[in-house]
Amino acid sequence: MADVATGPQIPISVDFSGGLEMLFSNQKRHALSIAANDRDGKPLTIAFLIDHLCKNLMKDPRSDLFVLDGHIRPGILVLINDADWELEGEEEYEIKPGDNILFVSTLHGG
Amino acid sequence: MTNRDHPTPQEGPNGANGHSEGRDRRLTEEEFERYSRQMIVPGVGREGQLRLIYSRVLIIGAGGLGCPAAQYVAGAGVGTIGIIDGDVVEISNLHRQVGHATSRLGMKKVGSLIAHLRDINPLPTYVPYTVPITPSNAADIISNYDLVMDCTDNPATRYLISDICVLLCKPLVSAASVQKSGQLIVLNCPPTPQGRIDGKYAPCYRCCFKKPPPPSSMVSCGEAGIVGPVVGLMGVAQAGEAIKILISSLHLPPSTPPSSTPPPDTENQNLIQPTLLIYTYDLSSGIGPYSFRALKMSPRKKTCFACGEDSPSRLTLEGIKSGTPNYEQFCSLPTPKHNLPAEERITASAYNEKRQKGEIGAHVLIDTREKEHFSFGSIDGAVNVPFGRLLMKAAEIKRGGGDGKGVLPEGVDGKSESEDVPIFVVCRRGLDSQEAVEKLKELGVDKGGKRRIMDIVGGMKAWKEEVDPSFPFV
Repeated sequence: MADVATGPQIPISVDFSGGLEMLFSNQKRHALSIAANDRDGKPLTIAFLIDHLCKNLMKDPRSDLFVLDGHIRPGILVLINDADWELEGEEEYEIKPGDNILFVSTLHGG
Repeated sequence: MTNRDHPTPQEGPNGANGHSEGRDRRLTEEEFERYSRQMIVPGVGREGQLRLIYSRVLIIGAGGLGCPAAQYVAGAGVGTIGIIDGDVVEISNLHRQVGHATSRLGMKKVGSLIAHLRDINPLPTYVPYTVPITPSNAADIISNYDLVMDCTDNPATRYLISDICVLLCKPLVSAASVQKSGQLIVLNCPPTPQGRIDGKYAPCYRCCFKKPPPPSSMVSCGEAGIVGPVVGLMGVAQAGEAIKILISSLHLPPSTPPSSTPPPDTENQNLIQPTLLIYTYDLSSGIGPYSFRALKMSPRKKTCFACGEDSPSRLTLEGIKSGTPNYEQFCSLPTPKHNLPAEERITASAYNEKRQKGEIGAHVLIDTREKEHFSFGSIDGAVNVPFGRLLMKAAEIKRGGGDGKGVLPEGVDGKSESEDVPIFVVCRRGLDSQEAVEKLKELGVDKGGKRRIMDIVGGMKAWKEEVDPSFPFV
């Protein structure tokens, strides 16, 4: 567990694949430590994480390639510990320590 | 004419519609020798081989996925193999499309691939379709086969194929690959009638990928490039899945189990637990623990447009044939278009002419292509500022509240700021350059209109077409 002075922090890993890594410094895996609760004291959800990634981790300004209208853009799959997030409650899923969140963009070429 | 467009594969070794009649026969001497190495694999045997011989597989797309897939499907002895593609063989295909050859450049891909497959195995019946698959011909073609392999390269076709497979109860082995990534998933297997939601059933393409990505975020192999073995691996894996499904009769509806050797439970479980395999290839590191990932996908969705609740009222074969849904429209949702006013644009030929005549004089020429593209050649004096880097730099400046100084690399601009020489921007095909012009203006690089910033219409593609035919455009 990461000991961070600013309060309880959750260590997680976030992966990008299928070209999305381009938006995140060309790095496929990011080890992060983020606050366990949001400002209102509510548990950390995927929705909050997505917002956090846009604001803090994405160096590329083309955020519309990741988020559209406040939600993950069509054509991106979100996997929570290698399972489709739809099996886990989508944006409402509450992140637990050690979780791996994977964002993959759907490919069409061949 | 229609016969040529839609040949029916029913003249093949399976006889009329190929069901059960004569299926329990002795293998010929050639079949026995040719297939012996795969037949002795536990679980295959003579029975499995006969199932392959009496199966009909449709491969849609004879490119980077379709070529390797077809080689193994043909080698394994699948009795009837249909191949659809409207394209011809180009030299830029050959690093990955291993079913074609330098000696067959310019030939229809379907003919080229079938020539190669006959060389591997002359026994199957090969059925060529040299037209692209469309909403009007898809159902007629697919209805002749037991299993479909999606080896295409665009989302509109992928949704169309999946919808038809749902309606006709065909299993679909789907793969895709671009640049350094690949994906593979088996869909609609075992097939379940459209609209049934009273249990856990296999998903269709729309269950997994509800909406297509906006066109602006999509890249093709032509634009982003593709590593041969990455797409090859996906095609080979597709063949592996197809062969497995046919040998084990996994594609038959669960209500009619094969007469003997029912598939083991584990395989059944895997069918009900749909899995998306992703392969990530990294040029700068070795194969690692995350090079392959098997992702757990959801089963058939109640809300799915194509196979979910009440779907028969939304999606029918007749509807598709007459244009509903509209696949092209579904996959090309409106995206912001850049249309600079004419006074901010110059054609490649006009730029060249004015430059030759000295009418342009001192100026800055920015080339926003990726550095790999730039490395093959550029217009004399062009400075490479990749589009992504330009946007990132612009965003950084905006956040810091600075002005446009420094958005362009040092030494290119800013040294003699007072000169205000015009800036020309060129990209690959003429879209990024327009956005770059807008960005530079937004940052005030145009000094409120005092400094000219121009887009070169059509990018380096136009430069090759209008000015320098020998330019190495990729």
